[in-house]
Amino acid sequence: MKTVVEQTGRRTYTLNMGPQHPSTHGVLRVILDLEGETIVDAKPVIGYLHRGTEKLAEAKTYQQVSPLIDRLDYLACPAYNFAYCLAVEKLLGVEVPPRARYIRVIMAELARIASHLIWLGSHAMDIGAVTVFLYTFREREITYELLEMAAGVRMHQSYFVVGGVRWDLPEGFVPKLKNFLDILPSKIQEYEDLLTKNKIWKLRTVGVGVLSKEDAVALGATGPMLRGSGVEWDIRKAYPYSGYEEFEFDIPTGEHGDTYDRYLVRMEEMRQSRRIILQALERLPDGPIQAMEGKLYFPDPDKVRGEHRDMAALIHQFKLVSEGFHPPKGEVYQAIEAPKGELGFYVVSDGGPKPFRLRIRLPSLMNLQTLPVLSKGHKIADMAAIIGTLDIVLGDVDK
Amino acid sequence: MADWLDEVKSRLGEAVLDEVEFRGENTLVLDRGSLPHSLEVLKEEFGFNSLVDLCGLDTGEDQDPRFYVVYHLRNLDTKAQLRVKVGLNEGEKVPSACEVWAGANWMEREAYDMFGIEFEGHPDLTRLYLADDFPGHPLRKDYPTEGYDFEE
Amino acid sequence: MGVKKTPVKEIEIPRLVTPEEVVEEEVTPEELEVLEKGGVLITTLNKAVNWARKWSIWPVTFGLACCAIEMMATAASHYDMARFGAEVFRPSPRQADLMIVAGTLTKKMAPILKRVYDQMPEPKWVIAMGACAVGGGIYKSYAVVQGVDKIVPVDFYIPGCPPRPEALLQAILMLQKKIEQESFDNKI
Repeated sequence: MKTVVEQTGRRTYTLNMGPQHPSTHGVLRVILDLEGETIVDAKPVIGYLHRGTEKLAEAKTYQQVSPLIDRLDYLACPAYNFAYCLAVEKLLGVEVPPRARYIRVIMAELARIASHLIWLGSHAMDIGAVTVFLYTFREREITYELLEMAAGVRMHQSYFVVGGVRWDLPEGFVPKLKNFLDILPSKIQEYEDLLTKNKIWKLRTVGVGVLSKEDAVALGATGPMLRGSGVEWDIRKAYPYSGYEEFEFDIPTGEHGDTYDRYLVRMEEMRQSRRIILQALERLPDGPIQAMEGKLYFPDPDKVRGEHRDMAALIHQFKLVSEGFHPPKGEVYQAIEAPKGELGFYVVSDGGPKPFRLRIRLPSLMNLQTLPVLSKGHKIADMAAIIGTLDIVLGDVDK
Repeated sequence: MADWLDEVKSRLGEAVLDEVEFRGENTLVLDRGSLPHSLEVLKEEFGFNSLVDLCGLDTGEDQDPRFYVVYHLRNLDTKAQLRVKVGLNEGEKVPSACEVWAGANWMEREAYDMFGIEFEGHPDLTRLYLADDFPGHPLRKDYPTEGYDFEE
Repeated sequence: MGVKKTPVKEIEIPRLVTPEEVVEEEVTPEELEVLEKGGVLITTLNKAVNWARKWSIWPVTFGLACCAIEMMATAASHYDMARFGAEVFRPSPRQADLMIVAGTLTKKMAPILKRVYDQMPEPKWVIAMGACAVGGGIYKSYAVVQGVDKIVPVDFYIPGCPPRPEALLQAILMLQKKIEQESFDNKI
């Protein structure tokens, strides 16, 4: 492959934006070819956080894979297990009870709000508005508290299991969530007051990192990257899953495909997520939270360890945890609209208790491919804004 | 849904080696020699303008063909989805899909990195995730999970 | 022949005080300890330097994975690491004294970790935060280094996946206690 110098005859200055850098949001390395301060080419080098998730998944049972999937996108826990559980349920042909479906939607949209909050905080901090970082973390602490109430831990909950959710919503969860959703619009307005009409913000984001419609579709960008360029595509509307067809919400799209438009798209997505959660809370049905068919579900803890101990429940739990269940032979692909884009799982089963092949279609990896296109011709100071608008998480890029 | 699939099969003709339907999803197994022409036909004539995913699959050392390259295609206008599989053995090469969909670039690099599948006509076929001098291809079935130089 | 020698026992050398009496009467054990460490001047200077060092520990940004988010949450306003002196996270290792390795260390990243550690000036400390940094975590695979202490010396290990912000704050407080006991002529 010819270097830039060979192709154009111009000498460029190669600068390494190393894996240890405050605005790369993790361990991303970008090799920049500069002519003065203008970027001629930006080549990302990834793999500094490659932990071998796909290989490890082949050595674990279907239930044991959940913690690995949680740690892919660590900003939007517990949403990533949503796609995995849907894929395995599709493979098994199991239907999830309605209460579990609604709880999953609530948790997924809460994760979307949390992910967009931290995106906003770090994106604004990189461009220079440090206050916004502290404000968004204040709201994110409330989401941590909510998730801790439901699942017991702030991050990496593994809350979604194949067949439903692991635990039911506790007593004070719904009032606290309603409280949070009541104050959220005023907080989003606070961030918008600081940024949306701010002249400095507009100078740094309007016209920066423009992605045209054709490039976005050809390069495989999804999520707000695609919607910011004007393509109205959302998996929740195109292939509805887990009851999303029953909710009313809009898909915000941008016009010019620049950083400012993607910022507006994500702010509006937070408001739409709040709308979905309110609708789900209104109609939350009662009932079981795990699919009771087959040998899939975790039995009542009271029957296993508590006062009403039952030998059958004990054996069931033992077999489920140690051996796991056996899906039929076949392969499925299931996608969801994760906060960063389209997250897809391609699960190949050979009839055994462990996945034969678990392929994860990561949104941030495909979005990162657009970096050379986005940054060509801009100044080196715009690099921070462009990496921020891509909304990448290195766990999501490197598996 | 099924009528466009019949049209696709009749258009591709002999390139289609097998067809599977499972859980509402359609899979076509194509002949390696018909690529990249078949992919171009799928994109230009049937409107599969979005390459959702491209990955490798190792079915085991004793299988023939051992490796598969799996393409997940999608038509953003009609919302049709299709999975295309192409089989190959050790040492054989697959034509690159970078000319058809630009997003195939890094996907093919990853398939090369993890399985050792080589793509002809790829602009820069180097390792994506692992260091350049890493020995072996980890996602193959004969590669141990811990690797060869594991220190506890 | 004629030189008169006075026998030694007849000459009395007057002694003011015996060595044992000196130690018993005038120097207490605490004073002896201070004397062993170099004297009053050095120990006061030591205390002053340690006080200044422990209340201004500036970490270098080395967040690798999920634990970095908990580290950011510790630095944000709810848990506020700045009240313990860790005011700013310096991007450049040349201006930092603490490296909090937060996240999984892969084999591809290990040389960079070593390089950043070498670039930090003395005195420097390392905290391994999270199960992956302590011992590889749940990733027993071909690409993960099983513990940061295979590359750099670690002062404190924080278990957890990820550890709560309070755990990181406890590690910073324990590090402060450790710094109190250092003497600056052994470790510059």
